[in-house]
Amino acid sequence: MDIVYYLVQNTLPVAVALLLVALGGMFSERSGVINIALEGIMLCGAFAGCLFVYFIEKNSLPAQLIFVLGMLVAAVAGLIFSLLLSWAAIHMKADQTIVGTALNMLVPATVLLFSKMFFMSDGVTTNTRFYIREVKGLGDIPVIGKLFFQNTYLSLYIGVVILIIATIVFYKTRFGLRLRACGEHPQAADSVGVNVYTMRYAGVSISGVLGGLGGFFYAVGVMDGNVNGHTGVAGFGFLALAVLIFGQWKPIQILFASLFFAFLRTLAYSTTLIPFLKALNLNQDYYKMLPYVATMVVLAFTSKRSRAPKAEGIPYDKGTR
Amino acid sequence: MDKTWIKKITKSKSFSAFTSALLAIFLGLIIGFIVMLFARPERAVAALQKILFYGFTDLGNVFYFATPIMMTGLSVGFAFKMGLFNIGASGQYTLGMLFALYAGFTFDLPLGIHWIVCVLFGMLGGMLWGIFPGLFKAYFNVNEVITSIMFNYIGTYLVDMLVKGSAKMYVPTTTRTAYLPQSAQLPALGIKNSSANIAIFIAIALAIILFIILNKTTFGYELRATGFNKHASQYAGMNGKKNIVITMMISGALAGLGGAFAILAPSTIAGSSQTYEPINVIAANGFNGIAVALLGNSSPIGIIFSSIFISHIQRGGTQTSILGFKPEIIDVVVAIIIYFSAFSLVIKMAAGRLITKMRHSKGKEEVDQALSEETYMPDKPGDNTDDIEEKEV
Repeated sequence: MDIVYYLVQNTLPVAVALLLVALGGMFSERSGVINIALEGIMLCGAFAGCLFVYFIEKNSLPAQLIFVLGMLVAAVAGLIFSLLLSWAAIHMKADQTIVGTALNMLVPATVLLFSKMFFMSDGVTTNTRFYIREVKGLGDIPVIGKLFFQNTYLSLYIGVVILIIATIVFYKTRFGLRLRACGEHPQAADSVGVNVYTMRYAGVSISGVLGGLGGFFYAVGVMDGNVNGHTGVAGFGFLALAVLIFGQWKPIQILFASLFFAFLRTLAYSTTLIPFLKALNLNQDYYKMLPYVATMVVLAFTSKRSRAPKAEGIPYDKGTR
Repeated sequence: MDKTWIKKITKSKSFSAFTSALLAIFLGLIIGFIVMLFARPERAVAALQKILFYGFTDLGNVFYFATPIMMTGLSVGFAFKMGLFNIGASGQYTLGMLFALYAGFTFDLPLGIHWIVCVLFGMLGGMLWGIFPGLFKAYFNVNEVITSIMFNYIGTYLVDMLVKGSAKMYVPTTTRTAYLPQSAQLPALGIKNSSANIAIFIAIALAIILFIILNKTTFGYELRATGFNKHASQYAGMNGKKNIVITMMISGALAGLGGAFAILAPSTIAGSSQTYEPINVIAANGFNGIAVALLGNSSPIGIIFSSIFISHIQRGGTQTSILGFKPEIIDVVVAIIIYFSAFSLVIKMAAGRLITKMRHSKGKEEVDQALSEETYMPDKPGDNTDDIEEKEV
């Protein structure tokens, strides 16, 4: 039973990072802009957030306050960075995949350049531990307390709140409806007075905010506060894209998809603790490949009937109405 | 009259691609310069000079480092022609390297044959890794971008695992691969302090062959037709699925050759060789290939030049460390160049407008002159076809 607790407690921080980034991707893609740049946005948020934490942690502030402040910085950094994508994709009508690739290359290069010149290292590592041993009161509840309120991070609860808000905004508000319309049939949306450009800017910006947050949560909850330009976020932005496709561009399905991938990753990194897997005595590197191989298998089975937003990736031109 | 060839050149598609590439490079360098100004204002100008001019003093190495990115550039560019974005050149490159290493360490062949076998093995490795995105795209409807990204990760982890697991290839004390036997290394060109080798000529020859395949064969025609309009080409009876797989195979083979050329290059120190360090980092040369392909407008001939250019500024970039900068500045510049290359449509239009303006003012003078001589002649019909062609963009 301890193994189950351990796995769940370690899966959730990973899942939250994936979930937020994939939700961000959902807002962007359902507004009609392909967001390959999620990887770069994540790293941008992670680096900005951790850099901020690195400088502020000398003042003796409570750890969770620093966490929230770092989170905000990461969100703003992600938002600003995502403007590079939205401007290129919406106003300059550039090829969205290529722009995304360029942005993905830009961030690690900048992080390395900056860190090497000013820190003599590949990145930053924060010293504060944001780990929550036990949430007072709730941690004592049998089973549930152990699963969700012990050995965890604040990011978990923030992630749940964001999921709920995102789902409501997406399905129950006028904004959400208009956003989705722009991803399906921008001409029709425009003809009834929806500003397609604004909606797409909003979609990409939301993905910037959520991507930045996800990156920070990843750096803190998975990498113990280390962000460097070499490993970056280890393809998490791309995994989030796979989660998005697997989740069929829908919030609740995305939740399950991200739990699935996060579980696989946790399993891959804790093989020595699980007697059954330990007995197999496979090379550790096999497990490192597991999430990516699983992605391919899953996509091979689900992509045939996948329903991507219709106008995704096509720059909107008023002249084509 | 003899000015018509200027018109022809300035109106052609490759010319507008060239101007837009120049504009992207210019913007990339400007922004790189601004970044350097912020970091070390007093040395930024000197660093920019290094980036722009150092390469000329070290041409051997410029060509040497241009070879692998020429191959990945050709790989990405070839797939682009079919409308496929092969972002997985990195994985294919790494697999090519592994296969070349394997052939280098296991086979015992005579000098002059061994390296050829290694190169062919490298090609095979890349081809193998290129098939997957092709198959997934053709038969499972999975976007090749996602597949090739995933296969970059799988390939990198797989290669690192296999390298580390092989006692023949890996030296744990240095955490790098062992030295390849002399017979497996590519023949050097004998330029001092440089690993420049025969591969640059092979790469250029391959570029020319690709150019011929693309422009003079039925397969190349089908490929480009599918790239222009998938549905129309299918309607015309072209087998889209088969072409996707073949394109990705060729694309992968080209990237694999890049990896083989990189690892099989001779070392400047006698008795050693190039080595690979398996630290789970995805090969940067694959991504640089994207920049090369975009700058070269996916044309094999253009890619020859763009790869040499990127290699040139990279050489200069490594020299900026003397001034307190880091070579990563070039990665930033390359990323910005790719960013602006994606704007090609807008830039091309802007460049086109500029040229039209210039031509109009020039043309007016011409007409004035012609009228004064009373030998005014209307435009040839040939010019009209040029106009139509331009609109296709």
